[in-house]
Amino acid sequence: MPEPVLHVRNLRKTYKDVVAVDGLDLDVSPGECFGLLGPNGAGKTTTIEICEGLTEPDSGDVEVLGRRWDTAGGELRQRLGIQLQETQLAEKLTVEETIRLFRSFFRRGPDPLHVIGLVQLHEKRRSRVGTLSGGQKQRLALACALVGDPELLFLDEPTTGLDPQARRQLWDLIDEFKRAGRTILLTTHYMDEAERLCERVGIMDHGKVIALGSPRELVASMGAEHVVEFSTGEAERPFDASMLGGLHGVREVRAGNGSVRLQVAELHSAVPALLAELNRQRVPLAELRTHSATLEDVFVALTGRHLRDD
Amino acid sequence: MTDHPLTQLTLVRFREFLREPEAMFWTFIFPILIAAGLGIAFRNRPAEVLTVGVVGAELAAVLEADPSLVVEPFADVEAGERALREGKVALLAARGPDRAIVYRYDDTNPEGRSARMLADEAVQLAAGRTDPVGSSDELMREPGSRYIDFLIPGLLGMTMMGGSIWSMGFSIVDARRRKLLKRLVATPMPRQYFLLSYLLSRLGMLVVEVGTILLFGTLVFGVPLRGSLVLLAALCVVGALAFGAIGLLISTRARTIEAVSGLMNFVMLPMWVLSGVFFSSQRFPDAVQPAIKALPLTALIDGLRANMLQGAGLVQLAPQFGILSVWLLVCFAVALKLFRWR
Repeated sequence: MPEPVLHVRNLRKTYKDVVAVDGLDLDVSPGECFGLLGPNGAGKTTTIEICEGLTEPDSGDVEVLGRRWDTAGGELRQRLGIQLQETQLAEKLTVEETIRLFRSFFRRGPDPLHVIGLVQLHEKRRSRVGTLSGGQKQRLALACALVGDPELLFLDEPTTGLDPQARRQLWDLIDEFKRAGRTILLTTHYMDEAERLCERVGIMDHGKVIALGSPRELVASMGAEHVVEFSTGEAERPFDASMLGGLHGVREVRAGNGSVRLQVAELHSAVPALLAELNRQRVPLAELRTHSATLEDVFVALTGRHLRDD
Repeated sequence: MTDHPLTQLTLVRFREFLREPEAMFWTFIFPILIAAGLGIAFRNRPAEVLTVGVVGAELAAVLEADPSLVVEPFADVEAGERALREGKVALLAARGPDRAIVYRYDDTNPEGRSARMLADEAVQLAAGRTDPVGSSDELMREPGSRYIDFLIPGLLGMTMMGGSIWSMGFSIVDARRRKLLKRLVATPMPRQYFLLSYLLSRLGMLVVEVGTILLFGTLVFGVPLRGSLVLLAALCVVGALAFGAIGLLISTRARTIEAVSGLMNFVMLPMWVLSGVFFSSQRFPDAVQPAIKALPLTALIDGLRANMLQGAGLVQLAPQFGILSVWLLVCFAVALKLFRWR
């Protein structure tokens, strides 16, 4: 196994009375795109900002590119590309002026115009930052992270708040950097983003990594490939969900909020069995949905909560 | 060279300033409006002519001979006193029962006292008094001793203080609020360059700020520039840097525009009042004079007045340069130490 680009052991950080990071371990290998997936408040941003050398951990080991922040901070800054959550760049500067400014801080790196082309802002290079759309601003922020030709790229929620089209555009860009062999650590609370971009995902909750692996491994680890959700209508007797666990191919049952959620191995045997059971109990079916299991389902299976509340 | 981080950071400062029309107005137009307004209000008028009330035709004739007095005749003392109370005349002169002249006036009113002296002088001279010591008048109305001459250096100092402190405070706190400062320290940018770029950009704007007011003052009001221009420029540079450093210090910790506005006013208000922008700081009690002299705005304005109006040289200006340099160095060092980047 090659030397990890990022090596984190037993990281802890507490803010006043909130434990943000609680004994976290992390390894990112060269050339991979690693995703920290978790709900808001899981400690993703604190973790990535400690790795970026912007926040001091209370305890724990952090090695970036084989170096430590306290002894090689200046050198590391030259070798990393960083995109922070919610940075608002100066609105009165143009795209090109912003890139030239950031480029001037790095000893080596591509020409500013080349970077602007990379993020497809060439036509906007003379526009003021304040006039850009959300997606364009986010691509500019990405460009600012690329001006030093970084060996490791940190992206903190790169697509939060963007419309679906802008998100896909940004994903395509990140895909290109991956093809160019860059190592990326990104945080997200979109499971589709993690599935689409990341070779490996660490699912975070309450400051810990609660599951680690490739998206496919994580989904497979549930032992169920499909999820069936249904809700029942008005019935003479309340529906008894305890019977469902015994149905053929059902791995797990969760009931709540008026709907029931089953993890099943095979749809073609579980769904008829479910329908027969509902029939037997004389309970009308109001809604029935099935989908292939996703990282979201892994998170729900692990924590009983959804990644996002909305 | 244009790719040097300090160059780029300083360019950013200029671009942000030039693209903010309101900032331009407050920096350049405002002081000129003040100077123009006050210059008109305090323009030199011809020596005042005083109106005096007189009872008695013979006395009126004597006083009318004096060109600085206008005589208002009254039939009796009661009518004259009424005019005096209403402020229509500064003085009422009438003969008493023993033929001696009685002057009725308010001795707390300078016009009354002047009128008393002028009227009595006219009466005594007409009656044949000769002065034991001869005297003659020579009028001094030359540039350099008028109110506008006093005012222009004061406005220069005030503009430099306001320009530095406002532009630093607002843009630094705004950048902190937008997390732009945090983004910048996530790059290899040398941190002192960021703060230096603010000071350097102040110097650039200084040329325009000081230039407009000086040009306006000399061309429109003929305010003199008696000292060395090099020394004047040096004084402005040190002054602007000192206020730049104070502005940095004010904005080292604040996270909101409201907080920094309060701090800026807290720092500037005492200097507007105490440092002699509009009137001499000598009016304050002797006990507080050392403290007033140590204020950076007092040092700057005193230095500017000494240079422009009295042509003071480097030796006379050394205390002012000293005070400003100490403010500059101490504030910049402390600001660099305390500066909050996130």
